[in-house]
Amino acid sequence: MLVPAPVIDRTTLERSTVVAMMGVEPIEHLLSEGCDVILTGRTSDTALFAALPDMLGAAPGLNWHAAKTVECGAACAIPPTAGGLLTRIRSDHFTVETLDPGSRLTPRSVAAHTLYENADPYRITEPAGVLDTRHAAYEAIDERTVRVSGARFDLAAEYSMKLEGAELVGYQTVIVGGIRDSVVMRRLPELIKMAQQYFADRIDDLFGGTVTPQDIDIDYRIYGAGAVCLTDETFDEFPHEMGVVIIVTGPDQEIAHKVATFVAHVSSHLPILEYDGLVTTIAYPFSPPEIDRGALYAFTLNHVVRPVRPTELVRTLIKEI
Amino acid sequence: MATLLDYCSLIRSKNAGPFVLTFDLMCKGQEHYDALKHSGGITRELIAALYACSPDVVTLVHQDSALAVKISIPRPVVQGSRQDTDSYAGQQYVPLLHVDLPALDRWLEQSGTGEGR
Repeated sequence: MLVPAPVIDRTTLERSTVVAMMGVEPIEHLLSEGCDVILTGRTSDTALFAALPDMLGAAPGLNWHAAKTVECGAACAIPPTAGGLLTRIRSDHFTVETLDPGSRLTPRSVAAHTLYENADPYRITEPAGVLDTRHAAYEAIDERTVRVSGARFDLAAEYSMKLEGAELVGYQTVIVGGIRDSVVMRRLPELIKMAQQYFADRIDDLFGGTVTPQDIDIDYRIYGAGAVCLTDETFDEFPHEMGVVIIVTGPDQEIAHKVATFVAHVSSHLPILEYDGLVTTIAYPFSPPEIDRGALYAFTLNHVVRPVRPTELVRTLIKEI
Repeated sequence: MATLLDYCSLIRSKNAGPFVLTFDLMCKGQEHYDALKHSGGITRELIAALYACSPDVVTLVHQDSALAVKISIPRPVVQGSRQDTDSYAGQQYVPLLHVDLPALDRWLEQSGTGEGR
């Protein structure tokens, strides 16, 4: 188990589609078989670059650090859109160079890439062990080249492979709209609560008990009032206008669509106390406003399997073209 | 008082896998980095308070050669789940922008470097 990980049992694995993230070994095996092109399934980003130098005997610390440096293209170059990077792995250091003549590399920009999409910049876990860059040194050779040394690769006691899994949660239909009238904006929280109650009754009516309100989720995201941050926020200013995304999740696409149709209709005719008669409360840019989004999957695993042989969970197929 | 944008030239948030939310605070220069590191303004407790988690689950590392502070926490909701509002977690750094930090001037004077380097 990695941290944080969801709670799992046997049925989680049965419900999920699961892949194991491979290291360099299956790639090296195919290279040694004489393959010219290798198409891999889920692989550690760094393993793609580390495989060949590893076969040729590069020092593991330097090799994995070099692979980490180039795994996202020229992301560590200035500007990051530069074409590509060339690394040369020597016995006690490696150099990294930008190939695009207009671009630069600095010791800092190369060091900063260890931060990218990792939880810990100094310790990067791979199937065979851990890359430790704590004692790495970065030194400029010229505007486009940096010399790097000092990283270690500590072999793990047991080989491990990370598992990634996802399961089907439901099908979604979404509705996009906007509100400009401040009277409607101020009334919105209480009106949504009222509408949710109405939807529950309507679902019972419409599906005669075959689909219950518990099978359907209707989520209002109000942009302009805290729809972006994952943590709660308080606001000092009232927004000029609001964006509304309504997400309907149901057991299949047909049901989600059917519910979304009346959710869209009701949401655009919410009863406003201040107004005497029917008013349209949401501006929809599309007609019909409901858009089928397809299936929703959720990640179910943040685990490793160990001990495992490097090629045990990997199928390989060689074809001559 | 100062904010993180007085110390940093880049503040960003990202996923580190679907279960981890990670922040990179890249300082403007060596003296800004030293000032931020020694100010004690960015702590695991502060991050825990901003993102409603326990200080025990906050990873906070100073990366000296990148002049950067790296912070990681468990994602408040798992990426792509029904409740997720930011699939790539790209806008989740914003609560950090409002943190009050000690003014920079005194540190820059003491270290004898001044601004604009």
